[in-house]
Amino acid sequence: METRIKPKSLLSPLAKQLTSRLPGRGLLLAGLAIVLLFIGMAVFAPWISPYDPTKMVDKPFLPPSLKHLMGTNRIGQDVFSRIVWGSRIVLYVVFSATLLSMAIGIPLGLLSGYRGGKIDRVLSMFMDSMYSFPALILAIAIAAVLGPSPMNTAIAIAFVYIPTYFRMIRGQTLSIKNQLFIDAAHALGIPDKRIMLRHILPNLAHTILVVFSLSVADAILTEAGLSFLGLSVTPPTPDWGYDLRVGQPFFLNGQWWLVFFPGLSVMLLAMGFALIGEALSERLSLAQSI
Amino acid sequence: MAKKGLGYYIVVRALMIIPTILILYTIVFILLRILPGNPILAVVGTRNIPPEQLKHLEHLAGLDKPLIIQYFDYLWNVLHGNFGVTLASPMGVPVINYIATRFPATLELTIWGFTFSVIIGLVTGMIAALKRGSKIDTGMRIYSIVAYTLFIPWFGMILQYVFGVILGVLPTGGRIDPRISLQTITGLYVLDSILTGNIPALISSIKHLILPGLTLGIVLSGAYTRLVRNNMVDVLSMDFIRSYKARGIPRYKITWYALKNAFIPVITLMGLQFAILLGGAILTETTFSWPGMGTFIVDRIEYRDYNSIQGAIIFFAFFVAVISLIVDVIYALLDPRIKY
Repeated sequence: METRIKPKSLLSPLAKQLTSRLPGRGLLLAGLAIVLLFIGMAVFAPWISPYDPTKMVDKPFLPPSLKHLMGTNRIGQDVFSRIVWGSRIVLYVVFSATLLSMAIGIPLGLLSGYRGGKIDRVLSMFMDSMYSFPALILAIAIAAVLGPSPMNTAIAIAFVYIPTYFRMIRGQTLSIKNQLFIDAAHALGIPDKRIMLRHILPNLAHTILVVFSLSVADAILTEAGLSFLGLSVTPPTPDWGYDLRVGQPFFLNGQWWLVFFPGLSVMLLAMGFALIGEALSERLSLAQSI
Repeated sequence: MAKKGLGYYIVVRALMIIPTILILYTIVFILLRILPGNPILAVVGTRNIPPEQLKHLEHLAGLDKPLIIQYFDYLWNVLHGNFGVTLASPMGVPVINYIATRFPATLELTIWGFTFSVIIGLVTGMIAALKRGSKIDTGMRIYSIVAYTLFIPWFGMILQYVFGVILGVLPTGGRIDPRISLQTITGLYVLDSILTGNIPALISSIKHLILPGLTLGIVLSGAYTRLVRNNMVDVLSMDFIRSYKARGIPRYKITWYALKNAFIPVITLMGLQFAILLGGAILTETTFSWPGMGTFIVDRIEYRDYNSIQGAIIFFAFFVAVISLIVDVIYALLDPRIKY
């Protein structure tokens, strides 16, 4: 008997949304445009950035001009070049962190929701406690112990977002596992592992995509927060949050470009992902309400 | 089901925070101990120190005992209000002393941030729901996304620049004008100035609170805007609202009834938002040189003073657990459908 269910691609909800005329398409397109812009900036940084971001290239504190689009900072580095290269750091940290927390949170959530019982109660209690604690403060503690480096920041951020994935996946698994097709799979004697991976997980694709976009948006702000507090990179590495901190005293003296552009980048990138998540979750709730 | 009363519910709910605190304590303890790096060597940095001094410092931090003993020792101490002593300059000061002076500052900031966020969220959400489907509704929706993604230090600095530097009407940092003396009772400056009848201190402390409070409040208001709007849209389409309208009850009264009904889920969000609020408070404090727990943690990180960081974080764990208890109790009080 043919019991195979065609596994859906994780990206299929995104593709479907893009091609449909349902509400939220505008938000999605705007979000994707912003995100792709920054990803393009990170990938093509060596070609886009006009100067070496770590070298003194001109006089300090030059205001924005055609020569220096976003001016120069207190040690004469080109702010625009630092923004361009900084996108690499933030995307690297945030994507590694999110993938890491997905790799731990999703399997645990599946297992916990599907198996139930003691393991579910213990895991849920741990995850709920972690979830109730301020993510940034926990990340600060971990990052402080590990020491400043992009990889360590990624680990700290990954850790605090595990409960987000766990809780969402567990909840969805609980509701899916009582549906008829899972009973049918049981009746056919399909092993649990296969049911979880081939029958439940593909149905979570849309949820995962929504949580992914929203948690990336959040993680960008957390990364910027950690580096603002001096916990992410060490100078002269270009990093938005760190540049913001260094620029603060000069900003209040009127050298606005030192702070304005790095902060704007943080906000735009986070907003890009938030818009994608927003559009996708609207579509998801629409599908559920029909 | 036998009704056991609110008192019973509160006691049961209060007992439930014990496992939460224990789990958080355990997570923080494990994280700080198993992560690589000797905290003492981290404090002294690259300087070479004699082995006996290292031993002494390890003893001071309680790090010379087996892990399991450390775990229970520290738990016992924490439950007695002893959060250890600082390991970096000034060395040997009880961490609880710092918490005692720093925590009221954070509490005051979070109270203001929280109040601003709820008020702004309620107003914007209500307007969006009443103007459902209009440009204003879309505008509020965009507001909620933008507010959520604002980077606190950046937004705070812009407010500092506009109101502190260009307009010069509000101070850009600190809690109170240093020339004003204020007798502290609770450590909440606004409350203290009212209690002691100190008008200049009251004005000064409120002025210092506006910008950091607004920064925190606006960033956190987005989530409320969304929730209030969606709840109110749902409530406004309910039968009882239609019958009110049919009976000719004035619009402002109907709005008020709808708002009251839409408010219940908002309380749940308040509990969740509180954790984000505390995280945001750390960034706000750093931006506005606010002498609270956040700046304390950040200062201590620069010294790698691991005892202080641990103490402050465990203290936060208690605080978060207590807040979630309070939120649940308020929820039970306000929603008659809750069975306790």
